[in-house]
Amino acid sequence: MQGSEKINAPQLMAHGAVPNEAVGLDIHAHSDVSDYETTGKPFVDNAKMSARNVNVFYGEKRAIMDVSLDIGENEVIAMIGPSGCGKSTFLRSLNRMNDIIPICKVKGDVFLDGENIYAGNQDTVLLRARVGMVFQKPNPFPKSIYENVAYGPRIHGLAHSKAELDEIVEKSLRRASLWDEVKDVLDQPGTGLSGGQQQRLCIARAIAVSPEVILMDEPCSALDPIATARIEELIDELKERFTIAIVTHSMQQAARVSQRTAYFHLGKLIEVGDTKQVFTMPAHELTENYITGRFG
Amino acid sequence: MAGGGLGSLNSLPKHYGYMAALWAGLPAFFLFLAWLALEGHYIQSMVVGSLPAEIQAMSDDEIGLYYNQLVGYAQGSVDRSMLNEDQIAAANNYQQLVAKGQAMKFLLVGSLAVLGGMLATIRVSPELRARNHVENIFKWILFSCSFIAVLTTLGIVLSVLFEAIRFFQVITISDFLLGLQWSPQMAIRADQVGASGSFGFVPLLVGTLLISFVAMFIAVPIGLMSAIYLSEYASRRFRAITKPVLEILAGVPTVVYGFFAALTVAPFIRDLGESLGLTVASESALAAGLVMGIMIIPFVMSLSDDIISAVPDSMREASLGMGATMNETIRKVLMPAALPGIVGGILLAVSRAIGETMIVVMAAGLSAKLTVNPLEAVTTITVQIVTLLVGDQEFDSPKTLAAFALGLVLFFVTLSLNVIALYVVRKYREQYD
Repeated sequence: MQGSEKINAPQLMAHGAVPNEAVGLDIHAHSDVSDYETTGKPFVDNAKMSARNVNVFYGEKRAIMDVSLDIGENEVIAMIGPSGCGKSTFLRSLNRMNDIIPICKVKGDVFLDGENIYAGNQDTVLLRARVGMVFQKPNPFPKSIYENVAYGPRIHGLAHSKAELDEIVEKSLRRASLWDEVKDVLDQPGTGLSGGQQQRLCIARAIAVSPEVILMDEPCSALDPIATARIEELIDELKERFTIAIVTHSMQQAARVSQRTAYFHLGKLIEVGDTKQVFTMPAHELTENYITGRFG
Repeated sequence: MAGGGLGSLNSLPKHYGYMAALWAGLPAFFLFLAWLALEGHYIQSMVVGSLPAEIQAMSDDEIGLYYNQLVGYAQGSVDRSMLNEDQIAAANNYQQLVAKGQAMKFLLVGSLAVLGGMLATIRVSPELRARNHVENIFKWILFSCSFIAVLTTLGIVLSVLFEAIRFFQVITISDFLLGLQWSPQMAIRADQVGASGSFGFVPLLVGTLLISFVAMFIAVPIGLMSAIYLSEYASRRFRAITKPVLEILAGVPTVVYGFFAALTVAPFIRDLGESLGLTVASESALAAGLVMGIMIIPFVMSLSDDIISAVPDSMREASLGMGATMNETIRKVLMPAALPGIVGGILLAVSRAIGETMIVVMAAGLSAKLTVNPLEAVTTITVQIVTLLVGDQEFDSPKTLAAFALGLVLFFVTLSLNVIALYVVRKYREQYD
């Protein structure tokens, strides 16, 4: 697939071309303009999920180009980059949410605990139960708060009795630090909560099926600073149990919540590294430009 | 224009032009309309006023006939031999009046147009807010158009209402609404045999509801399921082809459905029933309802499709992202969210089924039997209205007036269904906006 591709990003030619032997990845088929490898440390030892040479196409347009990245167990990895750089598209390919979009095609491999989720025998139902998702805009169902959280356990048959289901709902709401605010109004519609509460409800709904990985697609972009701070605290607590990949527009947020940061630019994964290192000593000029606010 | 050029004008040059044109055109146009409306009456009263006294002493109907004859002669469609001297004199008078009126009409309308145009032109100045003026005039033109629509509706309702009141002076409302027998043949002569009309409306209502029920039984599941398929599963190409095709189905004239029902479906159902040992009337409620259902499918489908598609994608993503299947997402998220809207759409479809005429005229029977067996022939409100008004009728007999009473009831039934449907649909809309 790499033979005839055209990259419309002259910047990449200017700085790209990092020697790739350190990475140990098969890239022999790259053509000259795309002969570019991610800077930094895309791979870790305790990988929960590993993406290898992931390409995403919207019709003819190639939105993601040969992205390879590991997501370590119980870490929070932040994906940053200017609008349209493909970070959300990449995130959505991790639980095959891109399958919903008819013109979207994914090429490459994504492994969850060593198993390829794009292999023919894989089932998106089970995959998405293990890799949950929280979206940009809070999207609770127009059902009661209780029913919102109980939705996942019900469809996956996780509770065998009403008491068990009650317990799951309470536990999930507690973990999403929403329980104290809603415990008396569980039968009220979830759409009646405030924006920040709705987003925590969506997080509770996602963790109610005990996923292993939670993907968050700009979860705070529709929230005010106080609600954002609560979600960030929550992410900090959740990483004890879950592996979290978060896409964000806010560099401060990435710096606050994540251990590793990945910088995307025009569909390419430019640089990955420990958050502290990426923000203090970015190795790549594009990363540095973005972080210092020269574009983006 | 003191020094400012075009920029010193309050409005664009064209607005001044529009204003002058509207001032010239509109008053003259209204004068013309008023003239047309009043001219006939005026000339008639002038001509009749000049007739001899003994003729003026006749009844209004006779004067009308007399006058129509001389007008006919004046216009050349009635032969001279049918008229007397007085009439011929009056006819000449009439011709003169018409010619004078014609001349005056053009003179007045023309001068009003010129006057209006001049007035507007004189008023033109840089300060004149011609743009706002023109906007205002257009607003009033649009308003009066919508007002005409409202007035017409009101007029129809009132005329039906008054005729229905005349009917209820002969037949009591309780006899009509609660009576179990419908046979509207009334004796025209006192000695006529076997014709004591009875106007019990219940069998018609039951027949109408029975056929509508059969229709909805067909249309709702098929329409709803195909809407779900189209909005959630179908590829863009399939959708692009299927939707217009189904909308063509909605464009087939109902009379075509009618003879399809009468000539194809009804005999088929009768033969099928007979082969199963059932007695099926050749004009069964089942056949009419079945075809009516087919007619309504595109209606239900199109409405439901719009409503299901209106459920935000974020709901689908939320559910699919939890690992729900498409089926679970549809049943547990999309349907509950879309249900009020779908119910509203179905109610609209029911009111269409109840008001549908051509199919039932051709495929349902005429005998007003009180039954809920879809294999028997029943009749509907609309069929009875048609049969009551077709042919030579006296317009003051209860038999004919009954049609207006039926029309009134039908109007109220469909109106209330529409009101409920609109209420439900609006309530649904509030959820996501």
